[in-house]
Amino acid sequence: MGFLNYLVRRLALVLPTLFGVSLICFFLTYMLPGNPAMVKAGPFATAEHLAEMEHQMGLDRSVPEQYFRYVTGLFHGDLGESSSTGRPVSQDFIQRLPATLELNLAALLIAIVIGIPLGVLSAVHRDTFIDHVGRVVGITGVAMPSFWTGLLFVYVFFYLLNLAPPPLGRLGSGITPPTHITGLYVVDSLMTGNWIALRSSLYQLMLPAATLGISVMAPVARMVRSTMLEILESDYIKAAWAAGLPRHTVIYGDALRNAMIPVITILGIVFGFLMAGNAVVESVFAWPGIGNYAVTALMTKDSGPIQSFVLFVALMYVAVNLLVDLAYGLADPRIRLR
Amino acid sequence: MIELLEIRDLAVQFESDAGDIKAVDHINLTIRRGEVVGLVGESGSGKSVTSVAILRLIRRPGRVTSGTITFDGVDLASLTEEEMRQVRGAKIALVSQSPRTALNPVIPVGRQISRLFQLHAGLSAEQAKKRMLEMLALVRIPDAEKRAKQYAHQLSGGMCQRVMIGMALATSPQLLLADEPTTGLDVSIAAKILDLLRELGARTGAAILFITHDLGVVAEICDRVVVMHAGQVVESAPVRTLFNNPAHPYTRALVRSIPRIDRDVAMEPIPGSVPSLLNPPSGCRYVERCDWASERCRQSRPPLNEVAADHLVACYGYEERRGAC
Amino acid sequence: MSTLPIAPPAAPVSAPPSLVWRRIRRNPLSFTALCVIVGIALIALFAPLVAPYPPDATDAGSTLQSVSWQHWLGTDLYGRDQLSRIIYAARVDLSVAFAATAAAVAVGALLGAVVGYRGGWVDNVAMRAVDSVMAFPAFVLAMGITAAMGNSTGNVALAISITQIPAYLRLIRGEMMRVREMEYADAARTVGNPAWRIVLIHLLPNCLPPLIVQATLAMGFALLTMASLSFIGLGIQPPQSEWGVMTAEGASQIVTGEWWLFLFPGLAIMITVLAFNLVGDGLRDFLDPRMRGIR
Repeated sequence: MGFLNYLVRRLALVLPTLFGVSLICFFLTYMLPGNPAMVKAGPFATAEHLAEMEHQMGLDRSVPEQYFRYVTGLFHGDLGESSSTGRPVSQDFIQRLPATLELNLAALLIAIVIGIPLGVLSAVHRDTFIDHVGRVVGITGVAMPSFWTGLLFVYVFFYLLNLAPPPLGRLGSGITPPTHITGLYVVDSLMTGNWIALRSSLYQLMLPAATLGISVMAPVARMVRSTMLEILESDYIKAAWAAGLPRHTVIYGDALRNAMIPVITILGIVFGFLMAGNAVVESVFAWPGIGNYAVTALMTKDSGPIQSFVLFVALMYVAVNLLVDLAYGLADPRIRLR
Repeated sequence: MIELLEIRDLAVQFESDAGDIKAVDHINLTIRRGEVVGLVGESGSGKSVTSVAILRLIRRPGRVTSGTITFDGVDLASLTEEEMRQVRGAKIALVSQSPRTALNPVIPVGRQISRLFQLHAGLSAEQAKKRMLEMLALVRIPDAEKRAKQYAHQLSGGMCQRVMIGMALATSPQLLLADEPTTGLDVSIAAKILDLLRELGARTGAAILFITHDLGVVAEICDRVVVMHAGQVVESAPVRTLFNNPAHPYTRALVRSIPRIDRDVAMEPIPGSVPSLLNPPSGCRYVERCDWASERCRQSRPPLNEVAADHLVACYGYEERRGAC
Repeated sequence: MSTLPIAPPAAPVSAPPSLVWRRIRRNPLSFTALCVIVGIALIALFAPLVAPYPPDATDAGSTLQSVSWQHWLGTDLYGRDQLSRIIYAARVDLSVAFAATAAAVAVGALLGAVVGYRGGWVDNVAMRAVDSVMAFPAFVLAMGITAAMGNSTGNVALAISITQIPAYLRLIRGEMMRVREMEYADAARTVGNPAWRIVLIHLLPNCLPPLIVQATLAMGFALLTMASLSFIGLGIQPPQSEWGVMTAEGASQIVTGEWWLFLFPGLAIMITVLAFNLVGDGLRDFLDPRMRGIR
């Protein structure tokens, strides 16, 4: 069957990529200048203590052995320890992941809800006012650094207009988080009927989600526009016009249906943009997610969180792309039925 | 009795970086009811553009700069867009080349036909489906029920073309525009498609404008032939006359170039190439490739004159020599 | 099939100057953007002549002043003139972006040519490696590399260029493989055609247009990455003048209302990146309309 074939081939491609990713992260963690044992042992360690630390961390073993230890450690969820929090990185990660997830989902929603229609309208009304607006938005959006957009929002909406809260995290001061079900405050407060928490968490989520969402919306709109334009020039659309099909059927039926399939792929790319923008946006808004975790660790030269963040993002990206490709395989009849 | 389709003085231009491409240069063309007319020419002769113009689908960067197209007594330019839309697919239908890409890849092929019944004939979904299955049988697609649910990529090239013909004939149009429908198809499949077209044309009484660069196909299926060169119509004649007594030098060269089994004649390619359509010669556009070319041919464009019954030629050289023949 | 025997079409004529001018005219935005970039580059180059004040000159008497005639873009916490700092920062930003992109192009193209030429297992390994590198969002990878190697301008440039290499590698590899196919097709020329000839005569002319377009667009992206890295504290550190660092310094002043500190450096970034993007798009149209596809 077509899809099964596709699935197997796609999975086979993932394995060498995962291997490569783990190699790169291993290299970043252990092989670059600087002694990780020294970092962990602290600046006041004696020579013996240092030697012992090195042995404990396996730094005296051969490189392949070290790699093996690294990978097995990963499978056990061992990402090392954070010298600033003193706790295992994996624990910190799990605690902070929901915050990042919530931010990313909100941003994705904004990007899709605005970006896709903007791209479609831009293509359909090519070279008219709407198109020019869409293209300007697209091209400037891509050029704006996300940290700058965030700061701009904070200045305008918080400082000047007082419409947004101070960028101090997920909830206003004094508000307790809702009962933990998913870790996503908006979802949890909805599910438990905690209106105070709901209002506060949405209020706090507004600006960071808008910032991240806008930085991602621009590439989405551009890609949707070019996909749609290409489709509108295709043979089957020309045949549809010749067959006397009404305008809305040709554009919003036939063409759009074809366009939505590559849009699935676009979502995979979008995820990459989201994770890339995460670290920066979280740091601007003091959002307690994994991006912020990595950034604050930088200041203390705590390498565990940083490299774990890098590894985690890569793995997530690979997983999301795999899912996206599988969804694409299901959606496109040319692959599904062969 | 008025003709089904009358094109008078049609001119179409395309804008490009380098200037305006004069793709169709003030042509006249007539199609009678039920007639199969072949429109022949090299690529770049303007034949496809003409069919697009008939459907009033010329879009940027192209535009129609002059001419009228009268269909069944109605000037197509006078219709609103909505009225024209109702003409397309219902009264004038198009079958284009590369059938697989002309079908929507994500909609089952049956649906692409049945929705036309719903749209143009106002049938319900049930009735449309029934008619669609009948149509598939008519175009000789076996196992119609199963095929109707499939997608374009699951069908062979020949089957895709049959589906396209089915789509075009769904509402019994009066005029069928077939633009190179057999190009890219296997020779034996192409022959079957031609048979199908001829039979369905006769059965439904539809006129067919058969656009092609292949003279052999024309001989098979057409009643009358119109020859185009570089955007100009140079000759128009009943098919037998064209092959037996070609008048225009271009037509003569074309006919001469057909390889024949019964004669031992070397193939003679036509010298030169299609002139640039950016800055075409102001007179006859065949002038650079023509043995009979004179100064008059360069200066002014020969009109399309009737030289015999139903036989029109645009050539000064021929008219001069006609007396001598 | 009795098709019409058509003589081969006339060879394409190289674009006359009027055609070139017409293409430029159709894209006034890109042309303007090009002028902007040249302008910024010149300003950066002649910074000592253009900047009204030395960038590090502190002035305790005029700290945190808003936009004024003496200080067009205001002053910061130490009284340093923002305009001058932004001008000098252009040097850092542009040179790092350029260095990173140039290095990536050079290394990526070279590797791509080698890999494309050799084929076989070398190619396989290289492609898997490229997939692995591209499995990281570029910014995140650059973050990891810079954090691991230590904070310095050079490391930032290195990190960014590493993330860009795969794109050029793929591009040149693709072209090289295409050229190799052509070579094998022409049996007479296969024997003893030295690699350098292949590269010069066949490869380069085809590669150059997409390479130039890609590199121009990549400059903008490199600039954004670099500014973002310094914003979060990697690479360039205060008190050095760099647009990302300056924006970060300005960030803490927002709550007290000093808007000019974060706004102008960020604006500088945006304008420069926008200009690179517009030039890249314009080049794409200009160099090869076939490449244009849909704009």
